[in-house]
Order: sequence, then C-alpha cells, then structure tokens
Amino acid sequence: MSAVVIVGAGPAGIRAAQTLVEHGVHPVLIDEASQGGGQIYRRQPANFTRPARQLYGFEARKASALHQTLDALAGQIDYRPGTLVWNAEHGALDTLRDGHAAHLPYQRLIIATGATDRVLPVPGWTLPGVYTLGAAQIALKHQGCAIGERVLFCGSGPLLYLVAYQYAKAGAKVLGVLDSAPFSAQCRALPELLEQPATLGKGLYYRAWLSAHGVPVHQGATLERIEGGQQVQRAVWRKGDQLHDTECDALAFAHALRSETQLADLLGCAFEWSTLNRAWLPRRDQAGRSSEHDVYLAGDGAGIMGADAAEMAGERAALALLQDLGQTVDPQRCRTLEKRLTRIGRFREGLEAAFPFPEHWAEQAPDDLVVCRCEEISVGELRAVVGEGHWEINRAKAHCRVGMGRCQGRMCGAAAAEIIAHCSGKALHEVGRLRAQAPIKPLPFGVEHDA
Amino acid sequence: MALFKRLAEHQRPVLDFTLDGEPACGLLGDTLLTAILTSGAHLRGSDFSAEPRAGFCLMGACQDCWVRLGDGRRVRACATALETGQQVLREPGRRP
Repeated sequence: MSAVVIVGAGPAGIRAAQTLVEHGVHPVLIDEASQGGGQIYRRQPANFTRPARQLYGFEARKASALHQTLDALAGQIDYRPGTLVWNAEHGALDTLRDGHAAHLPYQRLIIATGATDRVLPVPGWTLPGVYTLGAAQIALKHQGCAIGERVLFCGSGPLLYLVAYQYAKAGAKVLGVLDSAPFSAQCRALPELLEQPATLGKGLYYRAWLSAHGVPVHQGATLERIEGGQQVQRAVWRKGDQLHDTECDALAFAHALRSETQLADLLGCAFEWSTLNRAWLPRRDQAGRSSEHDVYLAGDGAGIMGADAAEMAGERAALALLQDLGQTVDPQRCRTLEKRLTRIGRFREGLEAAFPFPEHWAEQAPDDLVVCRCEEISVGELRAVVGEGHWEINRAKAHCRVGMGRCQGRMCGAAAAEIIAHCSGKALHEVGRLRAQAPIKPLPFGVEHDA
Repeated sequence: MALFKRLAEHQRPVLDFTLDGEPACGLLGDTLLTAILTSGAHLRGSDFSAEPRAGFCLMGACQDCWVRLGDGRRVRACATALETGQQVLREPGRRP
C-alpha cells in the first residue's frame, strides 16, 4: 500500500509526523531544506555553537522541543530532507533530490508548505542589500551574519519588531524601525490581542527593548524608495507630510506573510477567498481536511496563523487523517486543539488590525516601479495591460509576463493583484489568483530518473 | 566591498574556493551566498538589465541568488553549502 506523505518539516509537518507515529502510522516526511524545523525554527549548521536561547530567544524551548521531536522520529519515518516536491497529481508526487527525480504515490497527503514574506515593492527594492524580513532573520539565525553593517527595518507586522530586536541583541547596528501601521491601530486592536497575552507581552517587550537601547521606532512611517548605485546607500521615508532620509547599507522589509499554496492548487483543492489574508486559500474544515478526500492542510501554507497554531494544526490534521483511515482518536484532544486554534484565530484578527495592510500602496506605486523582479515588469506596463481590459491576473500575466518568471509570482503576485484591482476598480478577490504550474520551482536539465 | 557582516561563529575552519576564477575563502557551514557576500556585494546580474542582484528571500523561493558551479550546475546560493575547491561563477546577466 502506498504511504502517508507529509510535505514540509516545519512546526506543522513535524507535529503531524509525530502524531501519526504515535498511532502506528509511519509517514514519509519530505522537506526542501537540508535540516528540519521550518523557517521560524530554522536550525544552524551542525558545526555552529550558539545555544538555542541565543538563536530563538523566548521561543528557545519550543524550537528545541520541535527539533528533538524530529530527531526522535528517526528510524520511524521515511525522512527525506533536501527534497523538492515539484509536481503533484493523481495521488502521486514528483520529487527531486540531489539531481535524482522520483515518483511517489501517496495514500493520504498532508500539505504543510509554510509561507514566505509578503512583499510590497518600493523603488530600489532590487538593489543588493535589500532583503525580506524573513531573509534578514535567516542570515542571522542560520549563518550568524547581519545583512549589512547598518541596517534599517521597514514594513509592518510582528516580524518587523522581532527581527530588529534580534539584530540589535546580536550586536548589529540597527538604524531604526519604520512601521507603516499607526500607533492608534495597535491601541484599537488591544482587545483581540489580549486573547494571547503571552504573545502580546513578547511583542511589547521587543518594542520597549528597542526604545530602551536607543533604536528609533517610528509608527505611521512609510518607506518611499531605496537609493544607491551598485548597492543600498539611502532610504527615503515619509511620516505624515515630512520626508526623511536615512543613510544605510542594508534594509529589510515586508508586510506580513503569504501562504505557499501551489501543491493544493495542482491537486485540485477548492480555494476560497480570505479577507483576513487578502488571498485565495485552499478551503479546509476545522480539522484541516481539504475539498479532496485524500489531502489535508496544516500550518501557514493554508493561511497565516503562526508557529504555535501550525503545531496544533499539524497534530489536528494528522488526527483527522487517522480518523478517516478508520482509527480511533481521542475526541477530547481534537476538541481542545480546535478550541485553541479558534482562540489564536481571534488573536490573528487582532494582529491584522494592529498591523493593517497599507491600503494606499497600489494607488501610490509609481509607473516606473519594478513589480516583478524576475522579469523586470514595471507597474506602468501592468497598468497598461489592465487598461486594455485584462483584469484577470492570469490574463495580465499572459500579456505582460508579471508572475511568469522563475519565482512564479511568489515575490510579486500579491503586489500585482493589488495593482490590478486598484487600476481596474475590481475588488481584490475578483482579480483571481495566479494558477500554479508544474514544476512549481525551477528544475535543472539532466535530471536522473530513479525507477 | 562586502555586503554581509559576520556577527557570530567566527571560529570555524576556512574553506578555499574560487569566485569568478579568483581565489576566495569562506568558513565551514557557510552557504555559497554567505561566502560570496561576506567578501563581495552581488551574486548575479539580472537577465533583463544586467543590474546586480544579491538574493532576496534566503529561503529558496525568489530564485534571485542563482550562481553557476564549475561542473555546469546552476544552484541557489542561499540553499547550497560551500565546499572546498568549488569553482563559483557569477553570471553577468543580459542587457536589453
């Protein structure tokens, strides 16, 4: 009989694997990274020596527990790190590992593919020295490096303060934090944020720590452009009517996260519009069942909820899968997980209110701004195509190649949809979503196929 | 001029490699991206303007950190470990 397969060895995938093993099911766990843990709990190379406390701060206990869980599963699961799933159809996955392709039929599949930063481009964002907030964090956590000598952090969302704090704590020169969200939004969001007082407390701590250590934190401050010749030299930003500039040699920015949904799309899962995420997401029930009877969804890849929720959703999806295989599972545990996920869901609403999406971004984006960094398509080119009547995002892609490059719209898709919606006067959901195409990441020529 | 700055984990074995034919070195545990950007300031030229790029997402999604290895393989610098003796080439990209 073919296997139960989990794609993604982050918080959701690891907890799903653990739950299956506890019930006597030994899954295949596939992960594109060479070491499990996902992005937020990404591990450093084996010869690095920093303790977990230094890498993960308040989350050290959780990160270590997750890593130990994965290590303890060795021998009980078919763990395949460094393996890309590049296609999925008809109950099977196509994978690539060290230049070797393989075809892997599955009986049931849990998709836990995580997220990437959501990027709203500004002029100059392709310059060397400009990175996403997630990238800045990975450079530090995984490689012990800062993205530059003097770093500015911009955008919005909880990651903004966390990464700035981690950089300053690690000894980097942090020039400032520019949060596009106004302080008033965060005050208004307080009731929902109090759903998770510990998480709220950590957020407030990072911010207070930054201020106490002389790092300027500006709210309602919008990054306007990044300037430099061969690399970043200066950031120009606005607060109210005033323009400011800050000399810097690196800058990290993002506005929250976006889900990696390509596999669910290739497998024909039904999608629904999520106002909260401003994105089309694969539909799932409270337990993580998709519209397809053999496909389950867990973690940030099915909607942004964060690492704690991902662990719970991974376990819940595994329990649903076991139930569907006819196994008896603890109904009380299922209810507890669902209740906790609902609570985190309310907190998530609060976060969205505290760090609202910058609604005016599309309107203010200049025509010569590059929206698609792979194909170097400008906002003006995209607007021209919309002006010709092509307001569906895949049509716009066909006409001007936005989203057609190597990243397949991962970096530009969200921004392109915002531009199209604003320009056409359509609602964001009407613009549609970029359809996933196999291979979902570029493949090299000369792949060897293992029978 | 270097882009990245090392803040920790300095005590690691040095690995020699070549970058565009010139001798270069990194540390054991570095990705190619780290090894290159702690001594240089870009990884590739854009395919459409030849402007310098130095990666963006560091998690294997943006595909903007591709470099060429001596054996002809094109790899993501952010997801490829540095090895002794690697010949790494930065592609200049294309102008319109």
